[in-house]
Amino acid sequence: MAHQQVKFYQTGTLTVGNRLLDAENRTVQGTMDRSNSLDSGHRACQGCGEALGARYAIDTAMRATDNKLIACNATGCLEVFTTPYPETSWTIPWIHSLFGNAAAIGTGVAAAMKVKGREDVRVIAQGGDGGTTDIGFGCLSGMFERNDDVLYICYDNQGYMNTGVQRSSATPGGARTATTMPVGPEPGADFDKGKNVPLIAMAHEIPYVATASIDRLHDLEAKVKKAMSIRGARYIQIFVPCPLGWGSAPAQTVNLARLAVESGIYPLFEGENGEITSTTKIRRKVPVEDYLKPQRRFAHVLKNPAQLSAVQEIADRNIRKFGLLEE
Amino acid sequence: MLKQIEGSHGVAEAVALCRPEVICAYPITPQTHIVEDLGALVKSGKIENCEYINVESEFAALSVGIGSSAAGARTYTATASQGMLFMAEAVYNASGLGLPIVMTVGNRSIGAPINIWNDQSDSMSMRDAGWIQLFVEDNQQAVDMHIQAFKIAEALSLPVMVCMDGFILTHAIEGIDVPDQKQVDKFLPPFVPRQVLDPEDPVSIGAMVGPEAFTEVRYIAHKKQKEALDLIPQINEDFKQIFGRDSGGLISTTNTEDADTVVVTLGSVIGTIEEAIDEQDEKIGALTIRSFRPFPLEQIRSALKDAKRVVVFEKCFAVGIGGIVANNVRMAMSGTNIPVYEVIAGLGGRPITRKSLHKLFKDAVKDNLEDVTFMDLNKDVVDRELEREHKLIQAGSVAENILRDGGVVNAAKTT
Repeated sequence: MAHQQVKFYQTGTLTVGNRLLDAENRTVQGTMDRSNSLDSGHRACQGCGEALGARYAIDTAMRATDNKLIACNATGCLEVFTTPYPETSWTIPWIHSLFGNAAAIGTGVAAAMKVKGREDVRVIAQGGDGGTTDIGFGCLSGMFERNDDVLYICYDNQGYMNTGVQRSSATPGGARTATTMPVGPEPGADFDKGKNVPLIAMAHEIPYVATASIDRLHDLEAKVKKAMSIRGARYIQIFVPCPLGWGSAPAQTVNLARLAVESGIYPLFEGENGEITSTTKIRRKVPVEDYLKPQRRFAHVLKNPAQLSAVQEIADRNIRKFGLLEE
Repeated sequence: MLKQIEGSHGVAEAVALCRPEVICAYPITPQTHIVEDLGALVKSGKIENCEYINVESEFAALSVGIGSSAAGARTYTATASQGMLFMAEAVYNASGLGLPIVMTVGNRSIGAPINIWNDQSDSMSMRDAGWIQLFVEDNQQAVDMHIQAFKIAEALSLPVMVCMDGFILTHAIEGIDVPDQKQVDKFLPPFVPRQVLDPEDPVSIGAMVGPEAFTEVRYIAHKKQKEALDLIPQINEDFKQIFGRDSGGLISTTNTEDADTVVVTLGSVIGTIEEAIDEQDEKIGALTIRSFRPFPLEQIRSALKDAKRVVVFEKCFAVGIGGIVANNVRMAMSGTNIPVYEVIAGLGGRPITRKSLHKLFKDAVKDNLEDVTFMDLNKDVVDRELEREHKLIQAGSVAENILRDGGVVNAAKTT
C-alpha cells in the first residue's frame, strides 16, 4: 500500500507521531528499543535542553552504529549532571578528561580503535559551547584538520552555564550573562563579537557539518544518522536552550528552540567538504521579539529599539545568507 | 647490537622495540629528534600497527595519549620545557586517571627569559603531578629505562616520565647497545589495561568525586607510588637477568661507604662529577637519584648515613626557597645532624666545568659552603642590576640589562 506523503508540520508541532510514518522514517527516540544511552536519574535542571539534545543525538548514533559507540565528554554541565561519583547516567563507554581536550581524547580513542582493528566501534566527542568554541577550540581544529574519525557534537546553550552563566564566544549580542550585565549605554553582550564555529568547521573542509535544534527531532536524528554514515571528522552543533541561564520557563525549552529557528536566529544547514548542501527552510517566519520575549536575558533588549533592530538584522542576514525562506 | 648513534635516535629505537600502538608527536627542542625518528620508523613500516599522530600542541599530544591509553593502546609521547607546562593540566589528568603512558622529557629550562638549553626545571615543575619520574645518566640508560618504563607503567597503571638531559644526552652521539626485539618481547608482555573503554562492557571513566572520597583517592595515588619503591628495583632485576645491565633502580652510588663528603645529583652531570672526583685527593663519594618520584627516602638515608656532609648538586631550584632535590634529601636525612648543602648549577645550559667543581669540592670538605650556593654566579653583574633596580622604578628588562652588562649585547644605554 502506498504511503501518504506526510509533512512533519501536519500536526502543527513538527513532532509528527511515529504512527503516521513508515517504519524507516520513525524516530529512534520514539521507539521502544532506543538505547537510553543517557539514562534517567541524572541531575540536569528541569527543562534542560542539553539533556534532551544529548539523549536524542547519542541514542541515534547508537542505533546507527549497532551500539558500538564510545563517548568522550568535555567538562561542563553534561559531564557534571550525568556522573556524580559513584553514579553514572551513561549506559555506554564514556570518558571525561578535561574541559578543553574532548576532541583530542576522541582522536586518541579513534586511533586506539584503529590499531586494535575495531574500526566498527565509533567515537563521539561532545561538550558545551564553552568547551567547544573557546577552551576546546585548539583541539577541535586539530581534530578537524587531521580529519580524525570523530563526530564532535557541540550542545550550544550560548554560555558557560555550569559555572554560573558567563559569556562564551557563542553568546549572542545583547544577551545578559554574569560577565555581560545589562548595565551602561550598551547593555548585555557586545554585538560585534563571537564566532560561528559551524562555518569555521566548514572552512576545514571536513566531510560533514550540520546545525540542528532540539525542537525538530526528525531533522536532528537524520543529521546524526548521516554523520555516522561518514568516516572522518564531523561536526554537529545542536541548539539547546538553558532555562537557568536564559531566564526562561522550563516548559518553554522546546518552544524557544523552535522560535530561534523560525525567526532566522539559528539557521539550520548541512555542509559537506566545505560546501553548504542543504538548509532547513523557515515554515512560518516570526519576528525576533517572539523569540526574545520568553527570556529574561533579553529583557533589556526588548526595551532598547537599537538593540532590538540589531537582533532582527542578524536574523534577516541569516535568512538572506542561508536562503532560509522558500522562494 | 652496539651502535654509534644519537641519544634521541637510541630512545626512538627503544620505544619502537616496545611495540607502541599510538605515538603523539609535537616538536619542541630538545626532544624533537625522538618523535622525528619515530615518525620515520612508523612510516617505513618498521613499527607495525601503530598510529603516529601529528598533533597541534603539547596539550593535545598528551590528551590524545589519554584517549588512546584509556581505550587500551600502548601510548608514547615526548616533551620538554614550555611544552611540559602547556600540557600541565593533562599531566595531572593522566596520572589521576591511572593511565600507563610513557613520556620522554628532554630536560630543558623554562622561560622567561626564553632559553632552549638544559636544566631540569621542566620535570621538577611536574614533580607533584603523580607520575613516576626516572632520571637517566647516559644514553645507554636512556634506552634501557624506556623499556623498563613501559613495564613499570603498566604494572602500576601509572604514567612514567623518563627524564634525560636535553642536548647533553638527546643530541650526544655515543655507543649504545640497542637490545633486540626477542629480548624486549620476553621482558615486556603486551599491554593489558586494568580498565578500558569497550562497548561490550561500558564503564564511565573520569567521574566527578566530591569531598567524601577525594582524600582517599589522593591517598591511594600516594600509596601506589610508595609501592613502586619495591617494584622499580624488582623490574630492574628482571631487566638485568635478560639484558645483563643495571640501568634502573632507585639510586646508584659510587664510593659512598668510606667518603666523608657525598655529592647527590640527578641525571647526566654525574659523569662530570665522577671525573672531577677522580682528579682530586679528597674522599668524596657520589649518589645519583634515578627515581625522583617516588622518592627513595630510606635508600638515600641509608646510603648517606656515614657521611660527614652531603652536597646536593642540582640543575633546578624553587625560587624563594632554594634547591628542590636538596629539600627532598633533607627530608631523608632529618634527625641525622648531617649537614646538607645545596648547590645550584647548570641553569639554562651553563657549562659545569671541572675547574668549578674542584673549587666546590675544596670548599665543601672544609664546610666552607653557604646553605645555598649558585655555582659560577657572576656577582658583579647581579650587584649592578640590583643596584639599578633599587635606584630606578623603571630599570628595563632584567635579562637584557644583564646581557648588556655581561658584554653580550652592545645596546643603547638604559633608561
